[in-house]
Amino acid sequence: MKALIPVFPLKGMLRNYLLCAMFGSISVPQLYAQETPVDSLKLIHLNEVVVISEGKQLDHQKQRKPLSTLDEFLESSRSISMVKRGAYAWEPTMNDMASERLAVTIDGMQIFGACTDKMDPITSYVDVSNLSEAQIGSGQQGAVFGNTIGGGINLKLEKSNFRPTGWNGSLETAFESNNSMRVFGGELNYSDEKFYLNTDAIYRKADNYSAGGNREVKFSQFEKYNFSVNSGYKLAANKSISATLIYDEANDVGYPALTMDVSLARAVIGSLSFNQDTLFGNFSNWESKVYYNKIKHTMDDTKRPDVPIHMDMPGWSETAGFYTQANFNKVKHHFFFKWDGFYNKSYAEMTMYPANSNEPLMFMLTWPDVRTKDVGFYAEDHIPFEKASVKLSTRLAYHSNTVADDFGLNSLKIFYPEMEETNTRFLKSFSAQYHKMLNDFHFNGGLSYGERAPSVSEGYGFYLFNSFDNHDYIGDPNLNTESSAEANISVTYKKPTFEITASANYFHVFNYIIGVVDNSLSTMTIGADGVKIYTNLDYAKLFNVSLSGRYTISNAFKFTGQVSYHRGVDDEGENLPLISPISYRSAIDFYKNQYSALLSVEGAGEQTNYNPAYGETKTAAYATLSASFGKRFFINENDLFVKTGIENILDTNYSSYTDWNNIPRMGRNFYLTISYSIN
Amino acid sequence: MKTLKYIFAILILSVSFVSCSDDDENTSVEVNPVEGLAMIYEIPAADHTVQIYSEKTALEVGYNEISIRIKDKASDKYVTNAAPTWMPMMHMETMEHSAPHTMLKNDEESTVYKGYIVFQMAGNDTEYWEIALNYTLNGQAVEETLRVSVAQPADGLIKTQVFTGSDNIRYILAYVNPKDPQVAINDLQAVLYKMENMMSFPMVENYKITVDPRMPGMGNHSSPNNEDMIYNAASKTYTGKLSLTMTGYWKVNLKLLNANGDVLKGEDVTESNPESSLYFELEF
Repeated sequence: MKALIPVFPLKGMLRNYLLCAMFGSISVPQLYAQETPVDSLKLIHLNEVVVISEGKQLDHQKQRKPLSTLDEFLESSRSISMVKRGAYAWEPTMNDMASERLAVTIDGMQIFGACTDKMDPITSYVDVSNLSEAQIGSGQQGAVFGNTIGGGINLKLEKSNFRPTGWNGSLETAFESNNSMRVFGGELNYSDEKFYLNTDAIYRKADNYSAGGNREVKFSQFEKYNFSVNSGYKLAANKSISATLIYDEANDVGYPALTMDVSLARAVIGSLSFNQDTLFGNFSNWESKVYYNKIKHTMDDTKRPDVPIHMDMPGWSETAGFYTQANFNKVKHHFFFKWDGFYNKSYAEMTMYPANSNEPLMFMLTWPDVRTKDVGFYAEDHIPFEKASVKLSTRLAYHSNTVADDFGLNSLKIFYPEMEETNTRFLKSFSAQYHKMLNDFHFNGGLSYGERAPSVSEGYGFYLFNSFDNHDYIGDPNLNTESSAEANISVTYKKPTFEITASANYFHVFNYIIGVVDNSLSTMTIGADGVKIYTNLDYAKLFNVSLSGRYTISNAFKFTGQVSYHRGVDDEGENLPLISPISYRSAIDFYKNQYSALLSVEGAGEQTNYNPAYGETKTAAYATLSASFGKRFFINENDLFVKTGIENILDTNYSSYTDWNNIPRMGRNFYLTISYSIN
Repeated sequence: MKTLKYIFAILILSVSFVSCSDDDENTSVEVNPVEGLAMIYEIPAADHTVQIYSEKTALEVGYNEISIRIKDKASDKYVTNAAPTWMPMMHMETMEHSAPHTMLKNDEESTVYKGYIVFQMAGNDTEYWEIALNYTLNGQAVEETLRVSVAQPADGLIKTQVFTGSDNIRYILAYVNPKDPQVAINDLQAVLYKMENMMSFPMVENYKITVDPRMPGMGNHSSPNNEDMIYNAASKTYTGKLSLTMTGYWKVNLKLLNANGDVLKGEDVTESNPESSLYFELEF
């Protein structure tokens, strides 16, 4: 699965050269370059890289929709789907697995959402304005970012990295007709060989959107702003320090699929890094980072008309961590080592206001101040042979959870009188990938094994209401470690103008964690259908297969297409929830003389494998058509880029399997983006 | 020389630590036997005073733990051999009756005589409670009668049930613990008496009281891992487990079963029957 299909291949090459220059390690790329030119320079081999905005001046015209949300960028990836609870804060899923089975990091930093109802996936705390790319590794290929079953996503921050570009800046604005989304952004950067400073700010405000047929989706508004500062200083020719600070705040975020909205989702993310080109002579690209982040998330139901009971649900998540990593090359072996660790505090509470105001407030801890400690060691070795290569990797981690709050511990002891306040695990991951090149064919295959600890909600959640299946969920601190045996295979046929890839993977997940109804329990949430306890199923099976291709019709025209099929069943052959039906997307790209255009179609077949026990209903087939048009102008030395487009041209009213409670998606939408770069 | 100085410093430090801990031990010996209790009545007499303490600041309908001390004015000491007995009595307009109560015992603290009374009803201007106290002081038998005021609980919550069971016997069921409920599995404790006649209220043993806590404000939400109350011969109370999943107002629905398992009072909580006629109320 090493074959990497950059979303914008030309740009991929450029980025790779930049990476090469950055890392300053010429010998490794040269070795790689002999075998696979496309992804030759990635030091960590991943399945996919979604380019977001590195080197904006060069690439805007290549982007389908430059100021779209990060969620839309991720959705354009062939391996990621987004679960939607509204217009904002979509939750990425990969191989049909969501947050708890993925390792999602921002620039290598572990961050955990503060919402018990998964309303704030960490991808909602950054913005495209400060990201360069999303690095995606399927299955254990993502273990470099943390313990995972489904895969890993790292959102790489944009940095000038001592490129001698001097001052530059840009102003950007966008408008979308459907939900009147206004976006204003700007950045100001300085970079020379000794010092760089990147700053940027972006503000987005959207009203309710309308689904196809001009039907307004109430409570789908949002407002958010994001600031970030990145800076680096060269201490010596081969040594530098850098620092990052991100502040992200969203207010008045509507969640049409849920019974509550969000009045505040705030993240402060900071890090300090030290980079050195070599270490002890043999190691190269030594990078070390310490980081801290704090998230506050406040749910709000005061704007909803008929709530059975008003409630406050604030949550906090605080994480401190570090990692240090380096490459080590020895003859044919290219090692990469990473030692990382983090400490997280997750605390969430719920206060309900009884209808009879003489009664006392009803209070519970929904996350009982769970302290998670994780220290891991990751190593990989990439061994190239003539026309073939092997990659071996492993992650070994110590992981522990402790319930620090007595109130919360006593609450959970209602269900588990014998529970211990601390739970310790040793998590293991092993993976072997093989790549073989035969003439124009690339063959990839791999086997791996990985483990993950239950998430805070799965282990310690206390009456977490899930509006998807209308059940209250209770965690189980005695859950077994979930583990997965995974096999993947892919074949690519590659010609200069033509490329087609068939790939498949299979996950046999032991001790699969999912909520199982316990009929003996009484619901807490008024109107809920029952209570589910997170339980280990003996196993679950997940199977994904996809076919994707690219055809360069001429210098100006390019065609891409992808179709995929997914299946997930539990140990009794019942369907797992949120598994994609057959889905497809295809696009024709045009690019010539600073003009760009795109026509794309995206759709899915009928969802026949759904499970009503998890609140799913059959989702009908749908297809949408979109188009965009862009032009780049040069004004003196500066760069003006205008892009406009229509999404869902036919104003189809539809929802996909990922749409929480089948909330319909946005109808026809016109957008206009203007960006002006001062070089 | 330098090392000597350090050793000297450490010696001084350690001496001061030792002396500190000595102080602590001395103070901890003097425990006030009525610490945390409120003196609700004081009966003055010529050569002694009687002090009556309760956990609450006044006597209330239901279970009242009462501590009594008798101070001999001559020796300025609390007596340990008074062997007091007591008898609560309700004076109604047309009749009189007593209330369930234990003997007074000083086995925990020799100067404090402890027991409890379960008042079935509140007093008012014309109907009132009296406690008759009999004890010996310096070889003399003494009798004091104290008129006490008993009010309904200030929080207005029902924690005492007086009812006629299906066996036509009058029962008195009173909540004892938890006094300070927690979001946790609480130790639930209650006392059960029957009314033999106006003056005699024997304790009922070996019955069973089922426990079903509910939150009427949350769609009658209930909790798991409750345990029915059964008779505990050691504490002479009914003990069980009460799980409370959140703070707020709880109605603890109960059913009283005799030794044969016959239901004497109370009903199951179902969709159509949201509450039992036998219950306690809690707020925290």
